[in-house]
Order: sequence, then C-alpha cells, then structure tokens
Amino acid sequence: MAQYTGSLLMFIGDIFRWLFIKKRNFKSVMREIAFIGVDSMLLASVIAFFIGIIIAFQTAYQLKQLSSEIYIASLVGLSLVRELGPVITALIVAARSGASITAGIGSMKISEQVDALEAFAVNPIDYLVVPKFLALLLCMPLLVLYADFLGILGGYLVGALKFGIPMHFYFRLTFDSIKIKDLMTGLIKGVCFGGVIAFISCYEGFRPFSSTDVSKSVTNSVVRSFLLIVIFDCILTAVFYFL
Amino acid sequence: MVKLENVYKSFGEKPVLEGINLTVNRGETFLLIGRSGAGKTVLLKNILGLLRPNSGRVFIDNVDITQLDDMELEKIRLQFGLVFQSGALFDFLTIAENVGFFLSQHTKMKKPEIRQKVTETLALVGLEGIEDKYPYELSGGMRKRVAIARAVIYNPKIIIYDEPTTGIDPIAIDKIVSLIEDLHKRLQITSIIVTHDLEVGLKLADRLAFLLGGKIIFEGNKDDLNRTQDSRVIQFMKGSSAGPIREMEV
Repeated sequence: MAQYTGSLLMFIGDIFRWLFIKKRNFKSVMREIAFIGVDSMLLASVIAFFIGIIIAFQTAYQLKQLSSEIYIASLVGLSLVRELGPVITALIVAARSGASITAGIGSMKISEQVDALEAFAVNPIDYLVVPKFLALLLCMPLLVLYADFLGILGGYLVGALKFGIPMHFYFRLTFDSIKIKDLMTGLIKGVCFGGVIAFISCYEGFRPFSSTDVSKSVTNSVVRSFLLIVIFDCILTAVFYFL
Repeated sequence: MVKLENVYKSFGEKPVLEGINLTVNRGETFLLIGRSGAGKTVLLKNILGLLRPNSGRVFIDNVDITQLDDMELEKIRLQFGLVFQSGALFDFLTIAENVGFFLSQHTKMKKPEIRQKVTETLALVGLEGIEDKYPYELSGGMRKRVAIARAVIYNPKIIIYDEPTTGIDPIAIDKIVSLIEDLHKRLQITSIIVTHDLEVGLKLADRLAFLLGGKIIFEGNKDDLNRTQDSRVIQFMKGSSAGPIREMEV
C-alpha cells in the first residue's frame, strides 16, 4: 500500500513536471477531449436524466407527508449541482473512459509501443498521459454542468407530469435555490475527480507486464477510481460545508 | 561506437546480465546471439538507456549514458533507430504517421514534406500505396518492413534490429535480409542485430557475440567462430540438444 502510494505520487509528480516542461500540442488534447468528453455525453445524458427522475420521486415521497411537493424543484437542483451531478459523472467517466485509458496504455506497454516511444526519444508520460490529464480536467466540469442540466430536466418531468408544476415556476424555484457557491462546489469537485481518474487510470495502464495483467489493471483502475472519487467527495463535501 | 564495460543487470533476485563487456565498432554489422531468455533484449535496452544497469558502464560515442538523466538520454536516443521484435507500430496511427513519427516529433518539417519523405522511405523498403492504412491491415512481413522504414527515416547513426525475421514466412525473411543488407550498404549505418536465425544472422554480420547465462562467452568474426573450440558455441551452432548447455543455464 505504502509502495503503491509512493509510486503513484512520483507518477503524479512526473505528470506535473512534463506539463510545464514542454510546449503542448493541443491537437492531441482535442483528440482526447473528443474521446473522453463528447463520447461520454450520451451515457451521461441518459443516466443523469433518470437520476433526476429518481431523486424527484424520492423527494416527493418525503415531502408528500408535509404537503410540500412543490419543493422538489429546489431539492432536485441542489442535490444534483452540489453532489450527484459531479459524482455520477465521475463514476461514468471512470468506468467508461478511465477503463479504456488503462486498457489502451496497458496494451501499448505489453506490445512494446511504450518502449518504442522512449526509443524515439518521446517521453510516454508527456505523449500519452499529459493530454489525457488536461482533457479530463477540461471535460469533467463541462460534463458535470451537462449532467446537472439533464438531471434537472428529469426532475422537471416528474414535477410537471405528476404534480402539475408549471415550467417557468419549476425552473425559477430551481435556479433560486442554487447559489454560485453551489455551482462552484460541483465544478471544483468535477475538476478534482477528473484529476483522480487521470492519475489512477494512466498509472494503472503502465503497470501490466503481460496481457493477463491488463485485465487486472483495468479492474484496479475502475475500483480504485471509484473508491478515491467517493473518498474525495466526502472530504470536499465537508470542506465546502464549512466554507 | 557502442561499448559496454562490466554491465550487471538483475530483476529482483534474478540476475540477467552478469559482467557484460562488448564493443561494437562504427559502421559494422554486429550480431548478438543466444537462447531465448538469455537477456539479449535486456542488453539492447541497456544500450538504448531504456533500462539502467545495476552496475557497469555503457558508452555511446565515448559518452557514459549510465550517468545521464532522462532528458540527456533522450538526446542520445536520437542517434538510434530501433526495430522491435513485435514491430511495435503505434496501432492508433496510420502507416504514414508511424513512419513519419520521429520527424513530426523532433523536426520542424511541414506535413507535406514529411509525407513526401515517408513515401520515399516506404519505397526504399519496397512498400508503396499503404500510407493511409493502419498496422492491423498489414501482414507480419509488411509490418516489419514498415518498422524498418520508421527506424531509418531520420538516418540514425546506429540501428538495432531485435529479432527482425521472427514470425514471418521464408520469402518475407529473404526480403528483410536483402533490405537490411541494402540499407547497410547505402546508408553505412552501424547495425546491431539480435536473432535466433543463425543463417540470417551470419549472412549479415561482420562480427558476432554469443550471450549465455548472462555472460558473453564468445566474441569475434565468422572465421573466429569457425575456429572456436568452445563446446557450448559449437552445440548452439549445431542446434543440438545434447551438450554442455543445459536448460537451467538459460
């Protein structure tokens, strides 16, 4: 555990070193953004939309006892923006893109492509990892915003169809309850989770020595990303509560 | 010139190289032979600085690369071309992008210039019209030739071939051998070849070394090889399972 942590921290140090050493080719970052961000949008849309519906029903179930179903708008909005939007998005990206990043780098490593990069005097961290890291940092807050919006839309569907709340009223209640601080909380969480996914998925990608190791690394990548996302979420939630 | 002095390398408790001394002279084609798992690839990776020895020194043109940091090592690697055993073509890039990879990373050449150079280099290895294909669309022999094109496009001083003929059919082997001979004549590159295929190796080599049990047990030219009385070398050259080389020595 201590060895893993130490080695991971050295790896993260290397990423930051290469981030500032070299002039960046933004084409490679854009390619990663397309893969990590754009290609994750459909999955994020579907899941966020349904999560919005689920929270709306659950909230309404509780509020029904107080005859205050109208407040589902505020509760759905706040839950999504501060908490569920970033966490759900991070879990989706870790499972989809993080696993794929680990498998991609892992198969490059066992087929000597990583050695080939080094042989051509190209640092693998600079060439393979830094663009993915930057893409995840840029994509995650945008995906979080997108998931928030679709989740709110899902909540509105319940509000409108089940409780007959008019659209303008639902959205006014939603946006009145969400402060800039709430929005920033979600976005900062998104950036942090993006970093976690990049560090873990890339690090795990460099660990395999054989094809059987690749599948182990992919599993480790997803499990460890999930675990760290939840731990970081807990820490950040506590920090933002006191701020 | 490549020179190794008393190089030791182990992985955990397992020693792989045990006091390697070796010199490859400028412009020569040097053959490194040995059984599977003898440490030939590890030796090559030490020469390239992809692995660092536990002790000993590796000189490239009189520069001890074991003392260099990663950035300085990258500059040294610019002198090398490496043809990997598996080809190691980047599977997410087209053939043109693979062959032009070094130029796009280390020169200011514009895309059309790189494309032109790629087409010329592919023609040099007998391949045409495959620039926009991906590695998985090519046969094993073609991938090896693309790997050679990728390694020679920037005129390296030293080219290393790691098992250049493994896993390909005899006709493709003949093409690769002719290609290596032709490139050596035309470009006068120092070449280091690692292969199990003795017929191929001896056809190409000026000098050779035999690696066994982490040590160089023979170094010399083809005449020296014919004269050697070392029973281990003789057994290996005959390809006989009976003799002093036992499984545990590998």
